[in-house]
Amino acid sequence: MLFSEATTTSFFSLAPWLVFAPVIGLLINIIIGGRFSEKLIGAVASVASGATFIVSLLLAYSVWVGHGQGESIFLAEWIHVGSLSLDWTFRVDSLSTTMMLVVSGVGTLIHIYAIGYMHEDVRFKNDPSRFRRFFVFLNLFIAAMMILVSGDSYLMLFVGWEGVGLCSFLLIGFWFEMDTLARPSWANSNAAKKAFIVNRIGDLGFLIAGFLMFWYLGSLQFDEVFAAAPELADTQPGIIIAITLFLLVGVAGKSAQIPLFVWLPDAMAGPTPVSALIHAATMVTAGVYLIARSAPLYNLVEGAQSVVVIVGAATALFAATIAVGQYDIKKVLAYSTISQLGFMVAAVGMGAYVAGIFHLVTHAFFKALLFLSAGSVILGLERGHHLLAHAHNGGAADHDDEEEVRRTEPAEVFDPGDMRNMGGIRKTMPVTFWLYMIGSLALVGIIPFAGFWSKDEILLDASLKYPAVYWLLSTAAFFTAFYMGRQIWMVFFGTARHEAAANAQESPKIMTVPLMVLAGLSILGGLLNLPFKGFHNLGHWLEFTLGEVELLGLDPTVAGLSTLLALAAIFISWLLYGRVTLKQADRDPLKKPLGFVFTGMENKWFVDEAYKAMIVDRYTDVCRFLADVIDSRFWHDWFHEKLIVGTYNWFSNTGLNYYADQKIIDAFANGLGRTTKYLSASVRRIQNGFVRSYALSVFLGVVLILGYLILK
Amino acid sequence: MIPLSWYLILSAALFSIGLFGVMARRNAIAILLGIELMFNAVNINLVAFWRYLDPTIMNGQVFAIIVFAVAAAEVAVGLALVISVYRNRKTVVVDDLDLLKW
Amino acid sequence: MPPINFNDIEVLLPLIILVIWACLLLLVDLFIPKKHKWLTALLAAFGLALTLGFTLSQLGSESNGFCATGKPSICMVVLDGFSVLVNALLLLTGLLGVALAYGYLKRMGIERGEYYTLMLFSISGMMLMAQASDLIIVFLALELLSLPLYVLSAFARSNSDSQEAGLKYFLLGAFSSGFILYGIALVYGATGSTSLSQIFEIASVGTSSLLLTIGAALILVGLGFKVAAVPFHMWTPDVYQGAPTPVTAFMTAGAKIAGFAALLRVFGSAFPNLSEDITPILWALSAATMIVGNLLAIAQTNIKRMLAYSSIAHTGYILMAFVPYGNPEVAPVSIAAGLFYLFAYTITNFGAWGVVIALEQKESKGLQISDYAGLRRKYPVLAGAMTVFMFSLIGFPPTLGMVGKFYLFRAVLSGGYTGLAIIGVVTSLVSAFYYLRVVVNMYMFAGEPKTDNEFWLRFTIAGAALVTVVFSLVPQGLFAWASRAVLKLF
Repeated sequence: MLFSEATTTSFFSLAPWLVFAPVIGLLINIIIGGRFSEKLIGAVASVASGATFIVSLLLAYSVWVGHGQGESIFLAEWIHVGSLSLDWTFRVDSLSTTMMLVVSGVGTLIHIYAIGYMHEDVRFKNDPSRFRRFFVFLNLFIAAMMILVSGDSYLMLFVGWEGVGLCSFLLIGFWFEMDTLARPSWANSNAAKKAFIVNRIGDLGFLIAGFLMFWYLGSLQFDEVFAAAPELADTQPGIIIAITLFLLVGVAGKSAQIPLFVWLPDAMAGPTPVSALIHAATMVTAGVYLIARSAPLYNLVEGAQSVVVIVGAATALFAATIAVGQYDIKKVLAYSTISQLGFMVAAVGMGAYVAGIFHLVTHAFFKALLFLSAGSVILGLERGHHLLAHAHNGGAADHDDEEEVRRTEPAEVFDPGDMRNMGGIRKTMPVTFWLYMIGSLALVGIIPFAGFWSKDEILLDASLKYPAVYWLLSTAAFFTAFYMGRQIWMVFFGTARHEAAANAQESPKIMTVPLMVLAGLSILGGLLNLPFKGFHNLGHWLEFTLGEVELLGLDPTVAGLSTLLALAAIFISWLLYGRVTLKQADRDPLKKPLGFVFTGMENKWFVDEAYKAMIVDRYTDVCRFLADVIDSRFWHDWFHEKLIVGTYNWFSNTGLNYYADQKIIDAFANGLGRTTKYLSASVRRIQNGFVRSYALSVFLGVVLILGYLILK
Repeated sequence: MIPLSWYLILSAALFSIGLFGVMARRNAIAILLGIELMFNAVNINLVAFWRYLDPTIMNGQVFAIIVFAVAAAEVAVGLALVISVYRNRKTVVVDDLDLLKW
Repeated sequence: MPPINFNDIEVLLPLIILVIWACLLLLVDLFIPKKHKWLTALLAAFGLALTLGFTLSQLGSESNGFCATGKPSICMVVLDGFSVLVNALLLLTGLLGVALAYGYLKRMGIERGEYYTLMLFSISGMMLMAQASDLIIVFLALELLSLPLYVLSAFARSNSDSQEAGLKYFLLGAFSSGFILYGIALVYGATGSTSLSQIFEIASVGTSSLLLTIGAALILVGLGFKVAAVPFHMWTPDVYQGAPTPVTAFMTAGAKIAGFAALLRVFGSAFPNLSEDITPILWALSAATMIVGNLLAIAQTNIKRMLAYSSIAHTGYILMAFVPYGNPEVAPVSIAAGLFYLFAYTITNFGAWGVVIALEQKESKGLQISDYAGLRRKYPVLAGAMTVFMFSLIGFPPTLGMVGKFYLFRAVLSGGYTGLAIIGVVTSLVSAFYYLRVVVNMYMFAGEPKTDNEFWLRFTIAGAALVTVVFSLVPQGLFAWASRAVLKLF
């Protein structure tokens, strides 16, 4: 079925292999991977992911060959109840193939990187056997993400949505028994739980939207929904608004927008490849994809669009300010991701779907690059740290020898991700340094890097439609440049603030080569959609799915202003962080001028604390109450024990046993027996042994009988 | 002819006397005598009936003779038993024989 | 004198053989030395077996014997299915009696050959009872069977109890013989005949006269004495307790069978028309017997006395079967049930008495119920057998006693005597107490019982137990035979 039709130039029928390939990969690793070497496990996983990428290419090619005509490939029947008929169908069109390519492409690169990264990480954390599990989970994630982007209905999308949520949980809590500094703790497990639970809240919104869709539009399948929507928009626009806003709740959960973004910074507890793949490049972008896919719905209701835009813009600025005050290298990038997602959401909210998807693609490239490079830096510090530890003890102890490692570990807790421990990495890890630079420049939006083109398009669209939003986004862009500059000065320039940083080692090729590919994409990514006539490649491409889009050209004003802001921000950051190298004990230079504002930035504006006080603690109180008072004391102790069991026991012991049985029944039965015995003992005296009385008795009988007969 | 009822009454009277003898006498032999009296009373009855109802059938007479024989056998056995008891217990007062009671 | 034709002898052939054999045995016994008295027992058994063979050869034949000239319906003796059945039963009883007595007599030092002769005479009397067709014969047979029993009761000459039992039995037996004789006389006076069939004829025409009824009632009294019905039962506990145990065993079964056979013959053949008057009396007798028998047994500690009272109670049950004798629809089934129960009772009885014999020691020791304690441990088979017999007497499945009781109650209920059935059931329940007391003693108390291990004793006990259990599973054959036999009477 799947290969016989491959002889034609269209490869649509290969669509199911998007999902099958990574599933096969993970099954191989699960079942027989126990005997594989680490390289082989990694290779299997990467090949599976790579196969997905190739299939995506072929599918995209098929769409292109078909002049943008997408196809739906039916795989299996699922739900057929009454009028509801939902099947597992693959939708291959320009939008979905774009997503497929990004996910599988970046995903494969990250798979390869992870072979090297996890090889070292499991040794730093003393559990080499967990290597296999990581790649099983990664493949599972690719499979779930593929289901998400290739689904033909909101239902299939939701299946993938939940699947990636699960993988996120599994991978964030990969080192579930420890915290990021490898101490025994609940920290990582809590982070995973937080991600899952907050996502769930978003999922609730998605489900309600789905219910509304089914109830009012009669279907969950994209085409059918979009076909029926306009009519409903005329009669009951409120329903469409409700649907779109509930979808937005889902987006806020998955794509970390206000107010459900709080899980993403904590998700940095997972290994860095996870942060890169899931929490930067792919999963978090699912929300943006959702809105883009639901464009026909959003286009019907302007009010909803405004809400989306505001949420996106606010998130962009809010997160950017937090990023300024963070000291952990990954946390800065995490808030940066939230901020950039805000950009994307604002873009698709505005109706600039192409801009949003474009930024999604470029962001995937450079954010993955940044995260993976940060991982490289972290590992470099770890290597340096271990080197020093061994050198201090003069022995060539094996890492596999736990005793030795523990003895050689210094007493102080060393955080390899804290930027205050870093400095001068430029000299010790030059390759990583250049890679990081390229990623940062792309993120900041310096021409001609990819980020410039995509961010600029968004800003342009904003300036035309929502000027206020334009200013918000521009401010956010300013902060983006500032915190990235701060980060680079702190990490790579100056002198090392910790001897581990001074002895940092460069990462092996297996890690740096994929990064170079990403770097290349970050540089050249802009070619995807240059804003010049005849070059709106992505735009034209997406037009096939999204319908007529306005393809704007380059506006020098907007572009120039944004570049100016960026450069200004970098300069200010240099003034504060680059000119004079800070010592480890120094306070952040922003603390004094900004005072309490900086404190707010440092502490993420106390959002988590507020949530805890207002929601989490209150919820726990209710649960405690229900469990202790209602369930334990009332239901169990009183109702069950006293009332039911006690009554029953009384009834059977006292009531039935004593009163009924002993007093009444036993008394009766025993009484009968006693009476009979008494009677017997009394009557037996008649037999007195005298013959004459016996004779008398006979005579008596005769008399009685005769008497009876005569008198009758 | 003496009416039949006279014989019957006589027989009944004798029977009653015998009955009384059985129940009132303490001596075993006296009781035996009473029993004999009862048997003979019946004999009178039998013969009276025979004579007054149908003298041609021999049943009554024959029966009376059989009763004689039986009574005699009975007495023989009875006296032997009384002697056996006497040898054992040195008494013929039946009231003394109350080992088996209750 | 009418010639005694061959037919008459044929009718009485088994009886004649038995009587001649008994007389010869009496003579032969004189020449058997003291040490070899077992020979007497063997000869007696052989004689019984021979007679049994002749009896069974009479199966299916019907005839009358010693009939009046010119009147073939007025006969003295009769041979029919009923008589064959009862005779066979009686001879079986005799054989079992010999088996039980054999070891006991030797053990107790009263081994004299006259025992077996007396037994044979008694059995012949019983057989005559079953074949009687005339009131004279009934009386004769009664005396013939009773006199040896008086002597046998006093057989243990050194035992005071035995002597006392013998004398009491004699005195009271003779006393009640007086009554039955008076009754027969009155019946003769009322009907002018002593032949059962003729009485029946004469009684069926015309109104029933008081004389006849009283006569019948007195006959009932006499026969009631023999079968130990209340209030004529007072001799039973003393005599059963005092007499040597094999004699008791023999008496219980044989005399009862004969007594009931006579009751059947007399009342079934001659007095069915009197049932209106007699039935209530029978009802009262049956109820009283059941109640008194079971009630007084509770207080007993001597097992022989206890079994004596139990015997009274069982008479009550069998009397229950005779209550509807006047009802032609129910009577055959009912009386057949009674006969069946007699058979069941005989077997069980012999088994139980056999166990009593086994445990009895010299000088009346070993006869208390408490002496049965711990029997389970030393003689588990014996204890098991006794349990079977006890269960059978209670009427607990899977025993013959239970089947018998079942038939009985069914018959009585179909006759419409629900009250009687209820009394029967309640008293059966009560009886469970004293029967199970024995079982409890055997199984749950500790003790050191001593038993006799004579072969024929064991054989009898085992055989009885086996029959009790096995026959309970296939009772239909015997019941059918009993039914067919009874039908001839009506």
